[in-house]
This record gives sequence, structure tokens and C-alpha cells, in this order.
Amino acid sequence: MQWGLRGTPLSPRRALALRLGVVLAFLGLWSIASGLVVVLKLFNPIFLAGPWVVLGKVLQLALNGQLWGHVLATLERVGIGFGTGAVLALSLGLPAGRWSALRNVLEPIVELLRPIPPLALLPLFIVWVGIGETSKIAFITYATFFPMFLTTVHAVQQVDPLLLRAAASLGARRRQLFFRVVLPAALPEILTGIRLGIALSFFVIVISEFIGAEEGLGYLINDGRNFFLVPQMLGAAIVLGLLGYTSNALVVRFERRWLRWERSTT
Amino acid sequence: MIRSLALVTALAMWAAISYGNRALEITNPVLLPTPGEVAAVTVALARDGSLARNVLVSGIRVVEGFAIAAVCALGLGLVVGLVTPFRLAVEPVVEFVRPIPPLAFLPMFLVWFGLGETSKVAFIAYTTFFPMFIGIAASLLRVDVMLLRAAASLGATRADLLRRVVLPAAVPGIVVSLRLGFGLALFVIVGAEFMGADAGLGNLIMEGRTFFNPPQIVMGALLLGILGSLVNGLLLALERRALRWRLEPDH
Amino acid sequence: MSKGSGSARIQIEGVEKSFSLDGGSMAALVDVNLEIQAGELLCLLGPSGCGKSTLLNIVAGFLPPTRGRVLVDGTPVTGPGPERGVVFQEYVLFPWLTVQENIEFGPRLMGVPAARRREVVARYLEMVGLSEHAAKFPLQLSGGMKQRVAIARALANNPSIVLMDEPFGALDAQTREVMQEELSRIQRLEHKTIVFVTHSIREAVYLADRVVVMTRSPGRIKEVFSIKLPANRDRFAAEFTHYESEITQVVKEEVAKVHP
Repeated sequence: MQWGLRGTPLSPRRALALRLGVVLAFLGLWSIASGLVVVLKLFNPIFLAGPWVVLGKVLQLALNGQLWGHVLATLERVGIGFGTGAVLALSLGLPAGRWSALRNVLEPIVELLRPIPPLALLPLFIVWVGIGETSKIAFITYATFFPMFLTTVHAVQQVDPLLLRAAASLGARRRQLFFRVVLPAALPEILTGIRLGIALSFFVIVISEFIGAEEGLGYLINDGRNFFLVPQMLGAAIVLGLLGYTSNALVVRFERRWLRWERSTT
Repeated sequence: MIRSLALVTALAMWAAISYGNRALEITNPVLLPTPGEVAAVTVALARDGSLARNVLVSGIRVVEGFAIAAVCALGLGLVVGLVTPFRLAVEPVVEFVRPIPPLAFLPMFLVWFGLGETSKVAFIAYTTFFPMFIGIAASLLRVDVMLLRAAASLGATRADLLRRVVLPAAVPGIVVSLRLGFGLALFVIVGAEFMGADAGLGNLIMEGRTFFNPPQIVMGALLLGILGSLVNGLLLALERRALRWRLEPDH
Repeated sequence: MSKGSGSARIQIEGVEKSFSLDGGSMAALVDVNLEIQAGELLCLLGPSGCGKSTLLNIVAGFLPPTRGRVLVDGTPVTGPGPERGVVFQEYVLFPWLTVQENIEFGPRLMGVPAARRREVVARYLEMVGLSEHAAKFPLQLSGGMKQRVAIARALANNPSIVLMDEPFGALDAQTREVMQEELSRIQRLEHKTIVFVTHSIREAVYLADRVVVMTRSPGRIKEVFSIKLPANRDRFAAEFTHYESEITQVVKEEVAKVHP
């Protein structure tokens, strides 16, 4: 819109400069704050470690090899847990979207479990399966299954019946209808559900790694608590954020390639 | 299938599985609590008042944390949504912090604020702040340009546009953001109470694990689900009344 | 900026408009010169993409011209304003306000006192035949009703110029004809200067004092027709059909260039 509500938009270069400036200012303020704490003896400086200390800690752990073990442990749990959840969600959700009989069978369970925050049942998983890997992975599977299942069902249900009619009158048989019409039409929403599932896995993995783990980024964070190792806690949290961000970006990449037809020009 | 019928069916399924397990001795009956056992625990805890006490403690933490976050999100959201330089300034920071799961900061909050109430309330405030703030700013930024054009052709000044078009048009989005934020608070409070809490619903659930009392876990979880549904339903009803002009069903 | 109806005049001088797309630029309008008299109803007609809506948006002040300028009563246009009311194709009613509140939006901004506002709203509600629906929300209205509210809202603000962008485009044929008759009637009552964008030749001949036919993209003025028909026009009269076929010929030439 040429005539703007908020005045003329900033040129891209100025906007970029402003952004960079802000990032630097943020880091600067952070450093100053942690420095002041030391100088003015406000409180124990370990509570507010400056950004360089945090970065240093992360690099240290990375270089001496410790970081990777934890990263791998977390990724493994997320990967297997989310993967299982996704496979289940799709293999149940796709047919459930089409056949109301299956939906009716699954609905009671879903309605019962949906309002319950998955975190509330984490202790139950621990009681059932113990503290090891399995309970963590099973928990992630459980937590991610429902949202992905529900979005998949909805995605299939909302496929425009007119599309199916059009395809049928062009000679499509049942199997073709499913793979060539329903699936592509439902794909955008399914992928959104997938992204949600990934975000959710990272969201809940931390807490299950707080309780009874010897490895993993969540473990690193909680472990830091014992000796107030704030740089470690912050560093691990940031690495976790990076992992989540990257996974999401990967799916978005995938989405862009496969859903080119959906993009409108705005 | 209507909701209540589905729930009753679920209850029946649960009963069938748990009692059946007892009868057929498939696995350790302790692991699969029956509805009866869960009810018994509920009654016992209700009788000695600890149920109410714990629910209240959790509730207060949620409400306090949410209130702080809501006020900040509204204030900051309005500023960022309406003043472009602010938005550009805040965006990189938000994009940096957003991907980090809030629960990853829980231990930090415990370190900073100790094991008491403050750490839980602060944590809830932190967790719910970001999604609400982003949602509110987005609602303000996404106001349909055509509405602005229409108002300008009717003589609206910039102040008029902000007050009479941008804000009213953004209200639905803002309300939804707040409702989702509250839902998020309920989602994470349990997790927050698993670690270093001596009271609260999450603590009750964790006790169920520590003292090997699965019925207590299930009770806590179900209670949380019921309370969450009730609160969400209430908020939805309020939302519908306030936004009568939308008159459309939303999720 | 005077607001009395009947004294408005629009001068479009050497207006050009290009849009930049990734890569190059696309010319939407080239060398448009036009003078619109006070109290006249002028139709902009042309094939899709001829820039008629763009021209209207420039006169409305939503877009700046790449070259040239638009003068309203001798003053250059720099942005939207209440003296140029707009009726949009998509109605653009304020969904959180009732029909009544939508119509009184402009007067409210102008500081018109409540009692007088009520009078104005009631008058225009009656004019467009929606008196019984004053308390309804836009979501509860049909397309035709919404468009009538949009017209009432624009008129209630008493602009000397009304700019209408295919306002009847989304209506069914019957409602469309009724609305055309309504507009004609209102025009005769209020003597506003109206610029009306359409791609229906029939509509243009029915409503307009002058019809400006534009070329395909990049849009220029191809030809201007003066419609000398009486106030209450008979769509089936010989003269009406004559104008229709004349204009159709000219438009067909342009359409043929787009779709050879």
C-alpha cells in the first residue's frame, strides 16, 4: 500500500542496519549488565553470565567433544519419539479422515485424553517403563501423536468434495482418488501438523530429560542447577533452540518445494 | 459422536481394560488403575482438604503468571504493532528467543528465584508472554488495508485510524491470543511443578510416582483435563459474547 | 476543500502509473487526460487489466501517480479524503459495527452531534431501503444489502465526489439492475459527481452521462462517448441499444487485441 498508515516504510538497507544495531545493542546491554553485577557486587555474578561467557562455555563443550554426546542423545530421543508419533498419527489419521467408523471408535479415547496436558502423564510413563530411554521416547510419541493425529484427520476431512467429484468424473478409481486427490489436497495441513509435532517434541523433551537422565541437553541444563553453572544452562538452552529452529526450517524448505502450488503472491 | 457420549464410552473402555486386566491378570494391576481406585484417591484427598489446597495453589500460580504476562504482552504488543521502528528493533530478539522451549529455562528460574512461589509465577509469566505478545502484535499488523482505505475516504486522520479501525479490527486476534496464552499456562504449570515444588497439582502427580501410587497420577491428570476444559469453555463463551459481531464458530 | 455538491470538478492531467514487479516495471496507465464536470456521472469502461481501477485508486488518493497529477477543485490530490467518498467492490464494511454505526462512521469523525447524525443515518437508510436492518451486523446481511450499506455510508458523509469501483460486480443480475436504478435515482436527487468503474457496457449506458472507453494494458483513453438519453432510461429503447452497439464495437477492438 503506497499510502501508508505508519508513514513511509524504511528502505531495506536501513531496516537491516536497524536490526543489526538492535542485536548488537542487546548483546551489549547483556554484557554491561553482567559486568555491572560484578563491579557493583549486586548479587552473585554467576547468576547473570554475559553472552561471551555463555558462548565460551558452548564452544568449550563443543571442542572437547562433550556437547555432541548430549546433542545426539536429545536428537535421538526426539527423532525416534517424533518419528513414531508421526507414523502412528498418519497411519491412523489418514484412514480415520475417510472412514467415520474408525473415527467413531477412536473418538472416545481422543476426547478423553485431549484436554489432559501430556506433561501430566509423564510420571505415569516413568512408573510403567522406568526411567530409561524407552519412557522418554514413548512419552514424546504420546505427546506428539494427538495433535498430529487430529490435524491429519481434519486435513483429510476438509478436502473439498467437489475435487473428488471432478476427479471421479474424469475416471479416477478409489485408489487413485486417494493418492492423487485427497493426499495432495490434505498435504498442506498435514505438514503444518508435522511442524507442530516437531515443535512439541522439543517442547516436552526437556522436562523428561530433567528427570532421570544422564545425557542430553535437558540433562545439561538441569545438571547445571547443582553448581549454579548458569553459562552451561543458558548455553544448552540456546543449542536446543537452534536444533528446534533448524528442524522447523528443514520442514519449511520441504513444504516450499512440495507445496509450490499453494503459494499465492502477496 | 457427541462429546458426552464419547466420554462415557471412553470411561467404559477404561473400566473394561482395567477391570479386565485384573480379572485376566495380564499385567501388574497396580500399573493399570481402575476408575474405582482413582475415584477412591480423589475422595480421600478431597476429604482432608489437600486436593482443594493443591488445586488452589496451582490455580493462583497460573492466574498470577498469566496476568503479568498478559499486561506485558498487551503493552509491548501495542507498541510493537503500531510503531514500526519498535517492531524492527524487537523482532530480532524475539526471533532469537522464540525457538528455545520455555521449559528449558525452568531450571534457570529455579536458580534465580529459588524453589518458592516466585519462580513458578515468573516461569509461567515468561512462558505465556512470548506467544501472546507475538499474537497481539500480529493482530495489529494484519489489519486489512482496505478497512484503512475505507476509513480514510470517510475522513479519518491517523489518530482516528488507530483508534477506530486498527484497534477494533485487531480485537478478535488479541482475544484469541490471550485465550491461547492461558491454555499454555495450564499446559506448562504441571511441568513446572514437577521440579522442586512442595504443593500444587503437578506436585501431587509427581508424588504419585515417588510413592508408587498410579491412581494418584491418573487422578491428577484427569482433574487437570477437566479443569482445563472448563476454563477453556468459559473463556470461549466470554469471547463469543464480546465478539457478537463475528457470529461465527471458532475452535 | 469545498464540500458543496455541484461545485466539484476533477482534472486528471498526464497521469501515468507503473508498478515495479521483480525485475522490471509494468505500465498500467499511460498519458491519461480527463476532465470530469461537477454533477456528472462518468463511467470508466474497458477490458480487464486496462487500469480503470488503478485510475480510480489514484483519484481516490490510495496510489500516487508515477507521473502527472490529479486536481480536485484546483487542489492536487495527495491522499484520501472525505470529499472523495469511495464505494469498494468488496464493500469493506466495518464488521464490528452495525449497519447504523457503519453509516454514521464518517459524520462521527467529523464531529457531527448525535441527534443530527441520527437524522442523517435514518435518511440514508431509507434511501437505500434498509431502515429495518439498522441494528444488524454486516455478517448478517446479503451481498446486495451490504453494497447498499456501503453506498449509504459513502453518501452519508456528504462527499462532493463519489468513486465507485465495480460496486455491483458481485451481485446477481436482478439485484444489479435494481441497484442501478437506485443509483440513478439517488444521483438525480443529490447531484454528486460520480466516477463509476465497470466492465458492463449495459450498465455504463444505463447510468452514465459520459462513457470513457479505455484501451487494454497499458491503459489509455480510447474514446469518450456522450450519452444523450433522458433521465429514466429504457433499457430496451432503440437509442439505448444504439449506444450499446456503438460502444461494444469499440470495446471489442480492444478485447480482440488481448484475445486475438
